[in-house]
Amino acid sequence: MDLVAQVGQESYARIVATLIRATGDWTLAEDCAQDALAEALERWPREGVPRNPGGWLTTVARNRAIDVLRRSAVETRKLKEVAMLWGEQREQPEIQDDRLRLIFTCCHPALALDARVALTLRIVAGVPTPDIARAFVVSESTMTRRITRAKSKIADARIPYRVPEGGALVGRLTGVLGVLYLLFTRGYDADGEPAFAAEAIRLARLLGELMPDEPEVASLLALFLLQHSRRHARRDAAGELVMLERQDRSRWDHAAIAEALKILARTPVTGPYALQARIAACHASAETAAGTDWRSIAQWYDELARVQPTSVVALNRAVAHGYAYGPQAGLDLLAEADGVPDGYARAVEADLSARAGDQDRAAELFREAARQAPSEVERRALLTRADEVGAATRDRPDRR
Amino acid sequence: MKYMMFVCDDTEPETDETLVPDVEVWVAEHDASGARVLGNKLAPPSAATTVRVRGGEVLLSDGPFAETKEVIVGFDILEVADLDEAIAVVARHPMAHVGRVELRPYAD
Repeated sequence: MDLVAQVGQESYARIVATLIRATGDWTLAEDCAQDALAEALERWPREGVPRNPGGWLTTVARNRAIDVLRRSAVETRKLKEVAMLWGEQREQPEIQDDRLRLIFTCCHPALALDARVALTLRIVAGVPTPDIARAFVVSESTMTRRITRAKSKIADARIPYRVPEGGALVGRLTGVLGVLYLLFTRGYDADGEPAFAAEAIRLARLLGELMPDEPEVASLLALFLLQHSRRHARRDAAGELVMLERQDRSRWDHAAIAEALKILARTPVTGPYALQARIAACHASAETAAGTDWRSIAQWYDELARVQPTSVVALNRAVAHGYAYGPQAGLDLLAEADGVPDGYARAVEADLSARAGDQDRAAELFREAARQAPSEVERRALLTRADEVGAATRDRPDRR
Repeated sequence: MKYMMFVCDDTEPETDETLVPDVEVWVAEHDASGARVLGNKLAPPSAATTVRVRGGEVLLSDGPFAETKEVIVGFDILEVADLDEAIAVVARHPMAHVGRVELRPYAD
């Protein structure tokens, strides 16, 4: 039943987060939330959907927790905590804080990065373990073990169930945003699990509601919305990747773009996600590829290269300058860039060479890049480019 | 909650010495706050003896139980509320800067 899934997704993190705070027991919290969902699946079709489905699930989960604790009898303090949880006021600020605590604990840097992503998907987003396993290309039992190990580490190493304060918050928030970004990329990559991009957006929205005064959180949401707005235009009918400049812009999600631009208009530029979002906004606001404001993009990249001097940024900066100030400007910056993965560097050099008029070299470089492509669709897209510039060379005598 | 700090050296220490805190200050501060229960520097692994008893027989071997490039040079026991507090204490220890520190909670 779709409604159960939808209400479950909205309520799951809230129920689990609050039960963890009351009991300190992650497994108990998850089991009770699952039981409540199972009961809804069984009873709602028969008895009708309750007037307040989220509240119904919460009450069932709470009662289940009380039952379990009562049976183990010794845990009176926990029992009292659970019994006192949730009066009828479900929107207490403290309950919101529980979800924030849950996010920060799942993204604790003392856990391995893979474990952080898996735990956030499982416990905050409520994604079933088999789906997570498929996305990570591991067996379900391996993923179950990974998640169980992470939960044990939280308990054994006493990772606190708390949102850090003061100076510590800045560093830890960066880590949380990094996990969401990785999650989004998993959904956005050529061979990724598309549902994860939507999950990342949902989590960024939640985090934005919980931390309205953090510009980087709002910026990350805007960045996700802008990239995700192109999802229907990124592939052609045959499933092949379509490059940005050749995409049918009428197929972009213009409501998502408008929402992102509105967020950016009220959000100051304080960090790398704000800069990336503004670059994405320049692309999204251009009515045609030729109408792209490449000079603004090049400027944002100059700034991004200062705060985040990575090889990927250096590569994209070279591309932007190539479009803003001519291919040679791009080739010069590319020559200066350090540590760029070879395949990507070849692809960029190929594109710049083609536009500088050196079609033979471009075709050769596109084929080299294709050999090092990380996925099959990208490999085919690069080979298509190689054929196109190759064809341009062969056609030239005819055109003369 | 008690944590054991295994203090190790490292092949890639911090090169800027002005960033490395003073160990005496660290000890005094955390003894005073109660975060440090006890601890000490250890003699080098060349002074180590590894002991096993099998079938009632005491078997000794010269050196540490595992030969590694990085060696344990000292230990401390911390009494703190949780992992975040432990990490904050360790981050101010000079060996976290020029070496590395493994934090391991007591099992109970």
